[in-house]
Amino acid sequence: MSLTNERIQQRLTEKFGDVLTGFEEPFGMLTFTAQKDYNLKVMQFLFDDEELRFRFLTDITAVHYPERKGEELCVVYHLHNFVDNVRLRLKVYTPVAAPKVFTATSLYESANWMERETYDFFGVDFVGHPNLIRVLNVDEMTYFPMRKEFPLEDPMRTDKDDEMFGRGGHF
Amino acid sequence: MLDQKQHIKLPEGSIEKNTTTLNLGPTHPATHGVFQNILEIDGERVVSAVSTVGYIHRAFEKIAERRPYYQITPLTDRLNYCSAPINNMGWIMTVEKLLGLEIPKRVDYLRVIIMELARIADHLICSAVMGVDTGALTGFVYLMTYRELIYEIYEEICGSRLTTNIGRIGGFERNFTPAAFEKIERFLKEYPAALTEFETLLTRNRIFMERTQGVGAISAERAMSYGFTGPNLRAAGVDYDVRIASPYSSYQDFDFSIPVGTTGDCYDRYQVRNAEMWESISIIRQAMDKLKGLPDDVYHADVPAYYLPDKKDVYTKMEALIYHFKIVMGETEILPGEVYHSVEGANGELGFYLISDGGRSPYRLHFRRPCFIYYQAYPELIKGSMLSDAIVCMSSLNLIAGELDA
Repeated sequence: MSLTNERIQQRLTEKFGDVLTGFEEPFGMLTFTAQKDYNLKVMQFLFDDEELRFRFLTDITAVHYPERKGEELCVVYHLHNFVDNVRLRLKVYTPVAAPKVFTATSLYESANWMERETYDFFGVDFVGHPNLIRVLNVDEMTYFPMRKEFPLEDPMRTDKDDEMFGRGGHF
Repeated sequence: MLDQKQHIKLPEGSIEKNTTTLNLGPTHPATHGVFQNILEIDGERVVSAVSTVGYIHRAFEKIAERRPYYQITPLTDRLNYCSAPINNMGWIMTVEKLLGLEIPKRVDYLRVIIMELARIADHLICSAVMGVDTGALTGFVYLMTYRELIYEIYEEICGSRLTTNIGRIGGFERNFTPAAFEKIERFLKEYPAALTEFETLLTRNRIFMERTQGVGAISAERAMSYGFTGPNLRAAGVDYDVRIASPYSSYQDFDFSIPVGTTGDCYDRYQVRNAEMWESISIIRQAMDKLKGLPDDVYHADVPAYYLPDKKDVYTKMEALIYHFKIVMGETEILPGEVYHSVEGANGELGFYLISDGGRSPYRLHFRRPCFIYYQAYPELIKGSMLSDAIVCMSSLNLIAGELDA
């Protein structure tokens, strides 16, 4: 019998209780939130458990919610169980002032670069990561560009002399 | 002082010069202009390596946060540009999943055709380039003709060749012309013979086998741990294919198998890709047959609120004008939601993680790019091998710079 979302949720709540909240199933994918100190424990359980077997890390990324005070950054993990072909999404919220989250590199090799990318763009400090340096941007960069406080330039702005940039104006 | 200047952690022992530090790339012909690998070599043997991703980063995820949904398709073109249509379709299907749109069967089959053509074009380049990197230019030059044919098909369908921007939310921008079908038929007729010839040239070629067998091998466990997908994972013996595991775009209607390798070395990756091309040809044939039983004027779903109307309708019909305005100005209603959708890209699982807050642009969009994940394993794959093996190993991974750097 294949693994259902209800069964996964049941196993997780038995094991972790109140640590996990916000269970939902957007577009069929089980999604839940873990307290930030528990992300690694939850993943370890999902990895080790003989019934759950989430042994493939599809993706790590983060989302910035500036209006959620005290939990501005959300680190999102997508895990995959190849045997039963079930995916799930694990979220961990962390304050932007001290965005410390445990690294998953001990479980999945692939977490290494994915976490570096997440650090590069959001500044999430993955505690225990062997080599947490920028991967896509230049090392001299001092800010984390995917955060919402760095919006792209407004395309409708009028204070800039477009003629200097080879567009608009009169020729 | 290299490590201080570039913030690159050099391997231990590099100060005592028993070994030589060598920059493989970014201006080496085999490194496609962006990949830099700092190798520590002992004679010709690679002791250790540090890879850096080239700095052509274009911030697509950030740009996407300002663009209406239909304007994001051109960004996806520039990920894996060897098979742009797959990326386009992947993105469009992600949006359709978010919006809950029903797509007609004919559109699905047309998508399957175009995606499989793109897969062939991508594999063809990869296999041919592997030949080049082992010293056989002939196959590459020979197969280029057929990539050209595929590009002509794209051109017939959407007007462009490399960055195709094929498809719209809901379907295609225009119907496939009879000329497009003729070209597909021609491709199906001519390509198998060419592929056979190409395989005759390389597959049992003693030099090619010596250069690729046992080179850059990775076990199934390591490949899984590294997050490999696509042909690189299948070469290691894991039969994971998104088309089968979570079918999209009517792939469940087709009969095809997943070729798997055993050793996970360069030769197996080459073999898996070639076998996949045969499967793709068969899928396209099946799709062409299935199309015959369907009305031939359906090329998009009836979703005027999301599908950009025909220009001539915009000029003559009020409804079309309104919808056109709303879509272009980004005023169409997009429900808040969170969706992950993945397709089997030519080189692995290409995923789109999209969060919508109901605004005109995505709140957050993340591309799960298979190349980015493979490249991390590159130092481990070449450790202990010869310098020339490092070159073959790189081309066998099918690294595409655009996708690596998004």
